[in-house]
Amino acid sequence: MDKKYIVSPSPHIHADISTTKIMRDVIIALCPAILVSVLAYGWAELLVLLVSVASCVLLEWAVTKWMMKRPSTVGDLSAVVTGLLLAMNLPSAIPLWIVFIGAVVAICVAKLPFGGIGQNVFNPAITGRVFLLVSFPAQMTNWTPTRGFIQITDAVSGATPLSVLKESLKSGSTIPEFMEAHGYTTATLLQDIGASAGEISAIALLLGFVYLLVRRVVKPWIPLAVLGTMALVAAIFHGINPDVYTGVEFNLLTGGALLGALFMATDYVTSPMSTWGGVIYGAGIGLIAMMIRYFGSYPEGMSFAILLMNCTVPLLNMWFHQKKYGRA
Amino acid sequence: MGKLTFSMGGVHPHDSKYARECAIEELPLPQTVYVSMAQHLGAPAKPLVAVGDSVKVGQVIAEPGGFISAFVHSPVSGTVKSIAPRKDLAGNPVMHVEIAVEGDEWDPAIDRSKDLVTAIPDDRAAILDRIKACGVVGLGGATFPTHVKLNPAPGKVAECLILNGAECEPFLTSDYRIMIERPKEIVVGAAIMQKVLGGCKCVIGIEENKPEAIASMSAAVRELGYPGIEVQTLKKRYPQGGEKQLIDAVMHRQVKSGGLPIDVGAVVQNVGTSLAVYEAVQKNKPLITNVLTITGDKIPGNLQHNYLFRIGMPLSWIVEQAGGVPETAAKLISGGPMMGKAISNLDATTVKGSSSVLYLSEEATRRQPETGCIRCGKCADACPMGLEPFLLNRLYKAADLEGLERNAAQDCIECGCCLYSCPAHIPLLDNIRQAKGQVMGVIRARAAAAKAAAEAAKAAAEPKK
Repeated sequence: MDKKYIVSPSPHIHADISTTKIMRDVIIALCPAILVSVLAYGWAELLVLLVSVASCVLLEWAVTKWMMKRPSTVGDLSAVVTGLLLAMNLPSAIPLWIVFIGAVVAICVAKLPFGGIGQNVFNPAITGRVFLLVSFPAQMTNWTPTRGFIQITDAVSGATPLSVLKESLKSGSTIPEFMEAHGYTTATLLQDIGASAGEISAIALLLGFVYLLVRRVVKPWIPLAVLGTMALVAAIFHGINPDVYTGVEFNLLTGGALLGALFMATDYVTSPMSTWGGVIYGAGIGLIAMMIRYFGSYPEGMSFAILLMNCTVPLLNMWFHQKKYGRA
Repeated sequence: MGKLTFSMGGVHPHDSKYARECAIEELPLPQTVYVSMAQHLGAPAKPLVAVGDSVKVGQVIAEPGGFISAFVHSPVSGTVKSIAPRKDLAGNPVMHVEIAVEGDEWDPAIDRSKDLVTAIPDDRAAILDRIKACGVVGLGGATFPTHVKLNPAPGKVAECLILNGAECEPFLTSDYRIMIERPKEIVVGAAIMQKVLGGCKCVIGIEENKPEAIASMSAAVRELGYPGIEVQTLKKRYPQGGEKQLIDAVMHRQVKSGGLPIDVGAVVQNVGTSLAVYEAVQKNKPLITNVLTITGDKIPGNLQHNYLFRIGMPLSWIVEQAGGVPETAAKLISGGPMMGKAISNLDATTVKGSSSVLYLSEEATRRQPETGCIRCGKCADACPMGLEPFLLNRLYKAADLEGLERNAAQDCIECGCCLYSCPAHIPLLDNIRQAKGQVMGVIRARAAAAKAAAEAAKAAAEPKK
């Protein structure tokens, strides 16, 4: 043979798949929810998104280039996903410098020190969000709606249903009174979850998630476990005392429940690899989130629940393996 | 029964069977053939001829070098020129018998007519002897001597003979073509093997992407009317044709780790092997020909062929007959794109198990640079053995042999699904193959030590004379 040919071990072909393509799919899946939030909260929301994504990407590029002295991993788009998820977890009225700090924590604390993509223990976007929540509680709970391009419903109020709820429960009113006073029904909640910018439309989030399922980027077990456990816990407590404990629909459609269950808990890196590990991980998130909602001092517990369960992932990976061929 | 498939893992590469419509053509004879002495699993064969001997087509030129080994026959008539090591397609030296071709004179004992012989001999031992004497080996990839596989250890009973017509590797079409062109011979071969195995049932498994093959094989089964043979449609899914996967798909049984198919009552033979068994038993024709596919991506139709070749024809000669290596080819492969071997030496010769020369373009075959594992678990989803390649890869890098054994690295069938589906392009199988070798070494050493200890204990227990 005169011409040189490639000689390497099998397999000789590869599926049309890459980390970049997976991340691109996640970005596409987030688009409906991003669109709804930009329409609802206007330029302010768009700026938060832009600053968050730009900060995450630039920070990752700068740190990999100058501090880690490695080939840049910006091209895999994972920093873009982190930026989008962080922005979607923030109120649209938040000062932009706080957004930048969130990005610093996500990329330069939660992600790169552990070794970059694939190595981080905690979900970067949630770590960033939780850091901001405990450091800047006032700005992080300022839900004054910014002016949107369209008015989605009247229910966009100054605070999220969950934090309004905490307040009204403290002042002695019961759940049914609260629901009626604020006009929350399943229908209004489905279209409009008054919460963090990216959480406002359940339908948009679900649409994006269906895309991920169809593209086989994620499997449904973790979200089903999270939401199923939340529903079960809510059904039991609501059944015992409907005056104090909110019901199933309300809990599934408020706060970060959907965004968290569909897009944050399913993060490959920080979730277990086996199906049963994933189910336990998801159930743990659902349980902890509900306990925080019912008994904690924070109105909403999704972020904390996910971070706490992130810690269990190495153990779950050690304990749960998939079934092997020809072995009991 | 509906379409069957195996129960875990698997991938769906594009089937790329571009050569499916190319009827089998017989290749003209070259001036020289090189017959390898190591074209079967097990010990190499020992040459029985000397330089200067003249041989006929089908004459024995080498005998088995051990229990698991096979006879080798001359594929041509002519004079033995040399018996010397020569490089195989990976570049390793292997003993070859070089024969200068003179005419095409066949051993008169071989029935060269096209007539179908359907009457099956009664004597089971005689059939097995014939299969052994004709040097038949498994043509599905492993080239395990067929007479050994068809003669299970005492106490093991075959319940089902599975004929493997899955041809799940992309590009390959040789099995497809013989199922279209020689279905009756294959079915008679299956009936012969059924008889040898004591009259078990036989299931011919064919993937759904070959409806014409399913139709022609079904028609042959109906027409010949042997009892207990049926055609079963399988889903299109790689590696459906893997022995363990096929048993799982057809019989819903799983072979235990380290066990043999016969432990669950299964014997799997390729359709090509069945044809070779037919020719050996009914026609007294040794395994000196086989069918291979010349194909590839982005190559013109006139370079695609299915050839009936004589074993020992150099690859370079076959490629030349087929119109030469196309410009676009960046990698040459013997076998399928998932499990085949890269050809580093086109001067290498064809062997009994040769199934293709595959040309892949740079774009189709170039590996992407490795990036960080994102723990997506796609490798574990794809593994048809239920292993966790990401974990095995990590354990291999940590040189944790115990961990590797505990996590069943030795069960890997090297199908390539993990590397194929990894979005980070991590060379999972490259590493797991190494790991598997190391673990197998440990297991063998332990078995040998245990055996030695048992013998020592036995010797100590016996009273001294």
